[in-house]
Amino acid sequence: MNPMTTSLSCSSLTRAAISVGLGASILLGASAAVGSEGGIAMDSWPVDRGQNAASLQNGARLFASYCIGCHSASLVRWNRLQEIGLTSAQIQQYLISGNQKVGDTIRTGAAPGDQKRWFGKTPPDLSVITRARTSFEHAGADYIYTLLRGYYRDASAPNGWNNVAYPNIAMPHVFWQEQGPRETRIESTEARKDAKTGAVQHVQVVTTYQPDGTSSRTETPVANHGAGGITYTFKPLNVEQSRRFDADAADLVAFLAFITDPTAGKRVTIGVWVLIFLAFFTVIAWRLNAVYWKKVR
Amino acid sequence: MAEHKSQYTGLLGWVDARMPTAMSEFKKHMSEYYAPKNFNFWYIFGGLAIVVLVIQIVSGIFLTMHYKPDAGLAFASVEYIMRDVPGGWFIRYMHSTGASFFFIVVYLHMFRALLYGSYRRPRELLWIFGCLLFLMLMAEAFFGYLLPWGQMSYWGAQVIVNLFGAIPFIGPELALFIRGDYVVGDATLNRFFAFHVIAIPLVLLGLVVAHIIALHDVGSNNPDGVEIKAHTDAQGRPLDGVPFHPYYTVHDLYWLSIFLLAFFAVLFFWPEMGGYFLEWNNFIPADPLVTPSHIAPVWYFTPYYSILRAVTEQFMLVLAVAAIGMSALLVLTTSNSIIRGAIAAFSVLLVVLMLVPGVKLDPKFWGVVMMGASVMIFFAMPWLDHSPARSMRYRPKWHFWMLIAWVVAFLILGYLGTQPPSPSKIIVAQVLTLVYFAFFALMPWWSRMGEFKPVPDRITFVPH
Repeated sequence: MNPMTTSLSCSSLTRAAISVGLGASILLGASAAVGSEGGIAMDSWPVDRGQNAASLQNGARLFASYCIGCHSASLVRWNRLQEIGLTSAQIQQYLISGNQKVGDTIRTGAAPGDQKRWFGKTPPDLSVITRARTSFEHAGADYIYTLLRGYYRDASAPNGWNNVAYPNIAMPHVFWQEQGPRETRIESTEARKDAKTGAVQHVQVVTTYQPDGTSSRTETPVANHGAGGITYTFKPLNVEQSRRFDADAADLVAFLAFITDPTAGKRVTIGVWVLIFLAFFTVIAWRLNAVYWKKVR
Repeated sequence: MAEHKSQYTGLLGWVDARMPTAMSEFKKHMSEYYAPKNFNFWYIFGGLAIVVLVIQIVSGIFLTMHYKPDAGLAFASVEYIMRDVPGGWFIRYMHSTGASFFFIVVYLHMFRALLYGSYRRPRELLWIFGCLLFLMLMAEAFFGYLLPWGQMSYWGAQVIVNLFGAIPFIGPELALFIRGDYVVGDATLNRFFAFHVIAIPLVLLGLVVAHIIALHDVGSNNPDGVEIKAHTDAQGRPLDGVPFHPYYTVHDLYWLSIFLLAFFAVLFFWPEMGGYFLEWNNFIPADPLVTPSHIAPVWYFTPYYSILRAVTEQFMLVLAVAAIGMSALLVLTTSNSIIRGAIAAFSVLLVVLMLVPGVKLDPKFWGVVMMGASVMIFFAMPWLDHSPARSMRYRPKWHFWMLIAWVVAFLILGYLGTQPPSPSKIIVAQVLTLVYFAFFALMPWWSRMGEFKPVPDRITFVPH
């Protein structure tokens, strides 16, 4: 067993106490992405950012500065970004680093093999990420918005960071300087079965993480399981800074939603005209039908 | 040979003199095909199914121009179509939305047949062609779903092909033969592509022709379930019929327009349809090393998938009791002693293979049997229904509610099939599986029971 796997499984044991029912899936790397989405309620991504060119361009800037070091969007061409109001020259000058052309697809400079060694898995391609992370429970944009803002210092995690939306995430907190230090409090309710009597005791578990990642844990017996799930609260030391980061995260999600489904805007516009035409045609077809059938007795 | 004397002039006359079949077939199938004039809403779906078939073929041809049936390229080529091919997103959404609408339309078309007894003599062969079409449609959808090469494509195919592995003796080799590899891989993708774009479509088109020829030979049924050919005028034209063209062409055009409103509303505004038409997990490229926590087929297969999952070790006893009950009922109602003996022997064999330790077959196998039976049982409809009246209009009201109960069971099974299994959901699925099969298995008896209304001699028609 290599050191990476060992440290992952150790931390997951600690983590399993907090995240009810996630234990096994956490060890399974990528499948944890699916399992881990069950516990918490996702924050709502401000949808209007997707319509705002300034937000989308800021999102593109953040993507090119922070994400592309590890993540590709290999199904998206750089010149697609002209649709959010950038010129080819701007894209080439401000967003592309290295020897890529605007007609190329967005690719990270990192080698996949290296990333597998560094993080334990290859960072996913982000081309269709908001669709891929959607489920019957939540929209993909909400999930990623929650994930980007859901990091907290956890000294027991391999890279020092953990995440409420994706427990034991392999990705470190890229925006830690932008978001600033925070205190984190995570609450959950666990059902414990007494080995001898078989009686079930519900326990409310509260874990508090200091900005430096040290944690303390309290357990209080409670009468019932309550609403279930996991709740968390963050207390930023610099509220203004944290709020600015929320806005940046929303812009980044707007950009990711755009590259996931770049034709969405055009599609809806065309759709409205198609339906107007069909509504009009339906009236004609309805009257035509009536004229023919009037004769039938 | 003397030249064919055409009654037409101009270009039509020129063509008619050289190919009289064109006009004679047009007359036979359109302008002089007499359809009952009392068709209602339920009679629009056959025509719509043809429209959707055309949509699928045309959009499919354009997709094939850019799609790469290669495990390393397939996923990206679909996104390439959506992003870099001009209008490609429209072509792809036409095809993906069309797939789901094909099943919506065909399910409603089949419901119409159940409602008005359209499978009854002399339309048994028409019905059988229809059932074969449905089977081929399912095969077409199954093969096609692998092609985007997402996680659900991959693992859905893996699960379904593995089902063949449950067949005793030949199973594992059969599954290997279908996949062409030990896991779903490039070989599987290529052969599924071949089946999807040419083999099955050819069979589908042939069956559509057979279905329509059989329909036009026996004539359409109608909501009253009476034969319009029984009353004809001096020229032999049904008194209660109208020429298909123009009366039903304009009628179908009107409903087609309404159908397209719904179709394009989905296509332009909700192409994923909340994860039912395009599953979210299928936007993750296929990864043979990562099994999704929850594998669900697309919505149109979920009722059968639910039935498959309902057959558990505990359920085998219930199935065995049902098999004994069914054979007892058959033995008691059959007079031929040889047949009685054969039924009894067969049921004993079934129960032994279901329950007796050592020789019993895996519940997974019986699940596959039940799932197969849940589709194949449609073929038997003409011989299961013994009702004196074809149409529900003249059958006891509770017959209608039996049909509705079956439809509700089908829909709930469909919903359960989309959900991750839980003990309570499995029990609900088991009860509904029994409802599903009881509807068909007991039909020879219940369809004869109750108070039937007198069937009119002629159709009931209210002028528009």
